[in-house]
Amino acid sequence: MLTSLLDPLPLAASGELLPAREQMALTLGFHIIFASLGIAFPAYMLIANFIGLRRNDPDALELARRWSKVAAVTFAVGAVTGTVISFEFGLLWPEFTARFGDVFGVAFAVEGIFFFLEAIFIGIYLFGWKRLSPWTHFWSGVPIVVCGIGGALSVVAVNAWMNQPQGFALSRRGDVTSVEPFKVIFNGAFGYEVPHMILAGYLLTGFLIASVYAVGMLRGRRDRHHRLGLLIPLTVALIAAPIQFFVGDVAARSVAEDQPVKFAAMECVQETHTHVTEYLGGRCTDEGVKGGIGIPNLDSWLVGFSADTEVVGLDSVPPEDRPPANTMLHLAFDAMVGICCALMALGVWFAFVWWRRRDIPKTKWFLRAVAISGVAVGVAIECGWIITEVGRQPWIVYEVMKTEEAVTGASGIWFTLGGVVVLYTALGIATVLVLRAMARRWREAGSAAEEGGGPYEAPPPVAAGGGK
Amino acid sequence: MSTADAVAAVLWLGVTFYAVFAGADFGAGFWDLLSGKGERGERAREAVAHSIGPVWEANHVWLIFVLVVLWTAFSAAFGAIMSTLFVPLSLVALGIVLRGAGFAFKGTAARAGGRYVADRLFAFSSLLTPFFMGTVVGAVASGRVPPGNAEGDAVTSWLNPVSLVTGVLFVATSAYLAAVFLTHDSRRFAPELVGYFRLRALVAGAVSGVIAIVAMFFYKSDAEFIYEGLTGDALPLVIVSLLCGIAALVLLWRGEGWARVPAVGAVVTMVWAWGVAQHPYLLPQALTIEEGAGVSTTLTWVLIVFVVAVLVVLPSLFLLFALAQRDIVEEQPELSGRDG
Repeated sequence: MLTSLLDPLPLAASGELLPAREQMALTLGFHIIFASLGIAFPAYMLIANFIGLRRNDPDALELARRWSKVAAVTFAVGAVTGTVISFEFGLLWPEFTARFGDVFGVAFAVEGIFFFLEAIFIGIYLFGWKRLSPWTHFWSGVPIVVCGIGGALSVVAVNAWMNQPQGFALSRRGDVTSVEPFKVIFNGAFGYEVPHMILAGYLLTGFLIASVYAVGMLRGRRDRHHRLGLLIPLTVALIAAPIQFFVGDVAARSVAEDQPVKFAAMECVQETHTHVTEYLGGRCTDEGVKGGIGIPNLDSWLVGFSADTEVVGLDSVPPEDRPPANTMLHLAFDAMVGICCALMALGVWFAFVWWRRRDIPKTKWFLRAVAISGVAVGVAIECGWIITEVGRQPWIVYEVMKTEEAVTGASGIWFTLGGVVVLYTALGIATVLVLRAMARRWREAGSAAEEGGGPYEAPPPVAAGGGK
Repeated sequence: MSTADAVAAVLWLGVTFYAVFAGADFGAGFWDLLSGKGERGERAREAVAHSIGPVWEANHVWLIFVLVVLWTAFSAAFGAIMSTLFVPLSLVALGIVLRGAGFAFKGTAARAGGRYVADRLFAFSSLLTPFFMGTVVGAVASGRVPPGNAEGDAVTSWLNPVSLVTGVLFVATSAYLAAVFLTHDSRRFAPELVGYFRLRALVAGAVSGVIAIVAMFFYKSDAEFIYEGLTGDALPLVIVSLLCGIAALVLLWRGEGWARVPAVGAVVTMVWAWGVAQHPYLLPQALTIEEGAGVSTTLTWVLIVFVVAVLVVLPSLFLLFALAQRDIVEEQPELSGRDG
């Protein structure tokens, strides 16, 4: 089972291809969590800030203040893990960047501006708590939200371009001879990949914040602070969930049309035919799905709203052009859709109880469900990236350049991969520990503990309190 | 001047900003590392944190700017450098991760022990990144990076006298810059440290000067093209750099506040001297700016994006610096109160 999940590319060319892919997967999978927080955390912080100012609500303002410090820590981690990815464009995939850097690079230059502005305005917002008038301070946070969305848009545009490359011409030798930046950025996959990722950021952040307060409430901290800390993010995220489901549905249908082999791998469609059965779960084999729950005709229906719709199968391309690890892709797709459905069900439950009683459902099971929702969205995001990245293999630029052509000629990637595993494990643990420590400090000290403590500020006075 | 040259100038501007701001930033970590135990070391570390705290993230962005412009406008050079110099550049990235994480966590970790570890990591990685960045520059300057995918030697390309001396020079220069900045910043929030940092600035400045002279000998024997450039077209810049360096030391010695200006000037003119010496090559004597440049539409777009960036980012950055300065000034009584 494990070997079938991890089977390398059928074309085992360079010995460095596998570790390079694993290192990219690991670093991107790690970064995407912090990137998601970078996209959406400022928005939640500003919503709390707005409520606090509008209703003169000190609890909401307190939440905004704390969230701004958490956002600063996660932004700092996201900044370094993002820089690592910039390096990996050259360290792991020099041929890809050397050949297409002038095609997709402009999008990254635009992203650079957004990132720079986001960093600057996070700094301004954090300083602004003490230095700016309340509403000026609120407005100083708005550019962070705009830049978060703009940055996501620029980066995901490049990924969308890798899936639907256009806007450039190649010479017979394969060199890029002309580029149309607008066509590159607004490519065929831009329209669904970008909103899908931005919504994912809002879902992850919302459920993650809510889950922290749900755990607090389960431990008996049922004050207004916790209630508000749960309600604000949960409401936004639960509204976003059905929108995400709709966008994801459009995305899946577009993939079926534009990258049929990826879709075939996601759904384990071996041969091109009509009346295709949709399988939930199960294992992909050459003879079809083993062990899943099959719903006749549904796959054809989902693709073209009719059982007569033809779904392209893996047999449409030679074996070396098919993505590896079909079972993993299939299960990842099922998990992602399943998690989104569960979140929508949670939303219906919450909306119903709120409509009847103007309150959060009383049962502990509701809080327990919220408590795991944040991690569940994280899993869904990872699944989504596995689908889009592994599903595009063996291509790095769909039907233009193979991943094995792009990989570095340097050796020793197994070592750097090992280093990355150790480093990122430590980084992940440290981040969690630090955030927990911040929460504990806030709990113990109440609202008085507002001095220092953010990465942009001087550390709390160690000489007075530390080492004892 | 061609479009490619204009973009190369933009790239160099990014390199300059990175050298000055991130250089000072790394150097501050160097002094953090050498601060030692005891009350005074503690105070020095606090001064370092105070000085770079508000702006460290913004400094870090210059590197991303350089990487993105390089791979967008001169992608062939980017691919060649990143693949041949895989080892030192991986170590540069390692340093960036450790440093960023260490700095973010050292103020937020729960226990003093955790803070200590984060602080040491921050300080140690402040050496790692500039040193290996220096070996990369030395490798490019001495023509050890041929075009193509990992065509150069994976080890000797950066493990050679020119690269190593350049790495040491980078560490020394950033320590010098940082000490000059810290001397100035200490005036406002830790006056008792002015003498402490001034001494270090003088020593680091002298040491940097000596290393630069030693480096020239290595360049002469092993990086002739750059050496000829530095003693030819770029000679006026080298002389200005030298004069700036001496002026900064004299001003520091006499306790003048604006020693920062010639100190920065020395670094800026050195960066541009290198650029002029290397012109018209991206990879000396193997790949010129014109040969390595991408499609002309892309080059134009890079320039447009750059102009937009200047118009949007600079005012925002100014706002941040203004707020940060105000913060330091107003927190002054609070800080000394803490220690009392």
